[in-house]
Amino acid sequence: MSNLGQRLYSGESSIDFVGHRRRWYVISAVILLVAIGALFFRGLNLGIEFRGGADFSLPNATCSIEEARTVAESGSGAQAIVTQTASGTIRVQTETLTPEESVVLGAELAKACGINAGDVKTQVVGPTWGAEISKKALQGLIVFILLVMVFLSIYFEWRMAVAALLALLHDLVITVGIYALTGLEVTPATVIGFLTILGYSLYDTVVVFDKVKENTRGITGQAMRTYSEAANLAVNQTLMRSINTSIVALLPVMAIIIVGAGFLGAGTLLDLAVALAIGMAVGAYSSIFIATPFLVSLKEAQPEMKALRTRVLARRNQTSKSSGSAATDDVDTTPAGPSRRKPRSRR
Amino acid sequence: MARPVTSARPLRLLVALAIVIVGLAAWAFWPGTEHSVKLGLDLQGGTQITLQPKPVVEGAAMTDEQLQQTVSILRQRVDGLGVAESEVTTQGSGDGATIVVSVPGLSQDRLLELVQRTALLDFRPVWAILNPASAASAASSPNASPSASAMPSASASASATPSASASGTAATGTTIVQSADNSPAYQEQVANLDCSNPEVFKGGTPDDPTKWLGTCEKTGAAKYNLQPAFIKGTNVTSASAVMQQNGVGWVVSLQFDSEGASALAEASKTLSALPECGTAGANPCNAFAIVLDGTVVSAPRFNEPILGGQAQIEGNFTSQEANDLAAVLKYGALPVTLEPVDVTSISPTVGNDQLRAGVLAGLLGLALVMIYLLLYYRALGIAAIASLIVAALMTYLTLVVMGKAIGLTLTLAGVAGAIVAIGITADSFIVYFERIRDEIREGRSLRQACDSGWVRARRTLLAADFVSILAAVVLYVLSVGSVRGFAFVLGLTTVIDIIVAFWFTHPLVVLMGRTGWMQRGSRWTGLSTQTMATPESAMPPSVAGARRREAKEGGQS
Repeated sequence: MSNLGQRLYSGESSIDFVGHRRRWYVISAVILLVAIGALFFRGLNLGIEFRGGADFSLPNATCSIEEARTVAESGSGAQAIVTQTASGTIRVQTETLTPEESVVLGAELAKACGINAGDVKTQVVGPTWGAEISKKALQGLIVFILLVMVFLSIYFEWRMAVAALLALLHDLVITVGIYALTGLEVTPATVIGFLTILGYSLYDTVVVFDKVKENTRGITGQAMRTYSEAANLAVNQTLMRSINTSIVALLPVMAIIIVGAGFLGAGTLLDLAVALAIGMAVGAYSSIFIATPFLVSLKEAQPEMKALRTRVLARRNQTSKSSGSAATDDVDTTPAGPSRRKPRSRR
Repeated sequence: MARPVTSARPLRLLVALAIVIVGLAAWAFWPGTEHSVKLGLDLQGGTQITLQPKPVVEGAAMTDEQLQQTVSILRQRVDGLGVAESEVTTQGSGDGATIVVSVPGLSQDRLLELVQRTALLDFRPVWAILNPASAASAASSPNASPSASAMPSASASASATPSASASGTAATGTTIVQSADNSPAYQEQVANLDCSNPEVFKGGTPDDPTKWLGTCEKTGAAKYNLQPAFIKGTNVTSASAVMQQNGVGWVVSLQFDSEGASALAEASKTLSALPECGTAGANPCNAFAIVLDGTVVSAPRFNEPILGGQAQIEGNFTSQEANDLAAVLKYGALPVTLEPVDVTSISPTVGNDQLRAGVLAGLLGLALVMIYLLLYYRALGIAAIASLIVAALMTYLTLVVMGKAIGLTLTLAGVAGAIVAIGITADSFIVYFERIRDEIREGRSLRQACDSGWVRARRTLLAADFVSILAAVVLYVLSVGSVRGFAFVLGLTTVIDIIVAFWFTHPLVVLMGRTGWMQRGSRWTGLSTQTMATPESAMPPSVAGARRREAKEGGQS
């Protein structure tokens, strides 16, 4: 791995992320379409926090699912969803009840399932409350995005801010789409997970863009490499870091999933960790395959970058004529990094 | 890019950080205070109710004043339970405001009853107005219980030793005395009530309107012995503050229903004939007390019989006082209606399990990250592990200190935030280490690389961490419920991450870089020629220099 890191840094081995950008765009567009389609046609499986309802968790219950359902449906006068987790906890969800009704039903369920009434974990949520939470989360999202755009525009430039934002929305839509496709329940903890993905996705992108900024400082003053090549080198140079970071970020999340699934059953921690694991994987992909390539698409449209590309091509044609090598290299595809054009440092 | 002189003072930074940690630890573990992180309800069990206040008048706007008034009334009631660590907090303001009431270890139905109950309001004829101080020291009645005369806090003894006639509502810690009749034992207890003690006159204990009541004025200015109620709060149909006809001062105008009106007519006829309160031997006297949740709000005098079911309370009120009193009379104390939108109760066992699982997941995650860093970065990995331990220690201490200083509680979402932060914290080291390696690849010596790599990594770190902190702050300010707890811990750990990277990881790596062993580049350093497969360090200086120039050319020509 370290060996690879060295070759990536010097440009001896280079993976052409930027040059094949149309391929990544198509792949992402297909995934995005599926995600949006799933969201549109299947919708999200919202937890009771969002649609209102009552939720009872009965740890170490001795009753069967059917028994619990009978009690719940006669107690609430409506359909009840009853599930059992691996750890033996029975979970009963009903339409929204008044808090008083829920106390009564909780006690009935406890009695039927042979546990202490005090051990029942209950939650009752009014139907308007979920809308409130969603509204606040959405407000937070918009404010955060605006602030981040301002920050990135000042720290980098507006094109980088736009590219980072696009990668961010890409991650969010795909993650939410996966939730719609799989029917995983969306709880407030899941929303926390989605919001954290924002932070991660941007954090990752900032690290890569910082290297791009460094590599492209004063780039129009030379004719050695195009913006695409410099950006692609930056992605390659930070690749080991991106891989390490993704692994290190995923390890604690995996720990939560293992502990959560093994010992707790459904709960805040597990919901959050699942959202994070999906989002981080998507985020790692987008910071490499979407954010920087899209930035390059934006930058290469600038007149000075077009001029640079012409100069680089002209110079390279000259060099290749004299050295007799193929002159038909597509500049976009970063032939082999700087070392190839610098025989002096080749070994 | 100016080269800072960081390498000259790594020891100083380490010592500075050590002082900060020792300071935090001293604060956290100061004898006689709480030594552990304050846990949220989801981790220790209990009931939490999120309430959405709505103005009583449809369509009217919620004012902050109403919100504060509601919170203080709820706080009084919850505090009256005597459960440690109960909390009443508000989130947001205006129409979007919510009130969160959390009480550890209390069952859901009791807490619901408590917060939803509209305050008990009743009107009682005054039997006697007494000196607010306790008469315990002067108690000579043979009926006085031994504890009543022995203990200086008469309120505690009065309620702790209820006489046969005392009401069953008088549990430990209550602030009122009740009895079915005006017996000498009851009078003794009333005399012993210490209304100069704020714990006693704050009220919050509902009274039984059919019994006699000994209680304090709401500011502790007086003590009352009151007869059973003649009108209940439910008999009041409306109340408003109006300016007095002569234009000086305010009065509260009251309207009663027919039942209340006839009771009022009868009581006012009897009472207005009685002597003025406060004169010696004038028991009963001509005042009536408005009692709210067991505390006297106001005790106006009857000037004349009131026959029309309409009354005015005069009392040299300011506009504010008159409006407050009118609101109390009209809405049964709560200026708003409260709708419970989220009621969650968690048993202590479940809470404990969640905490254990959270801690287990955190430790497992930390261990996995440490193993990975050690395998990949070797000696530098040890620096990273030490940094993670320092960061974890600082996070724990800060949570303890914040629990004490601002009542911060750690919820399950917060635990999740801390676990997620392990990754972000470790990433800071990864960014730095990769930079050091980059610098060495460009031909710098290890000592130089530790510093120049830091200068570059530092910028990246600050920019990336700034985004994280921004996310945390926005989430904290704009969101509700568990998201806030998560955002707080995420923001906190990001700040700690920056502190640890600047004051611990960087100086430590610089110090390590000075050792001969690291500079020789053994394969265990994580920077060796083998693990990085870079021939540079074995290269003659002239070649390395050429490489360096070339690398710079690409970036900064």
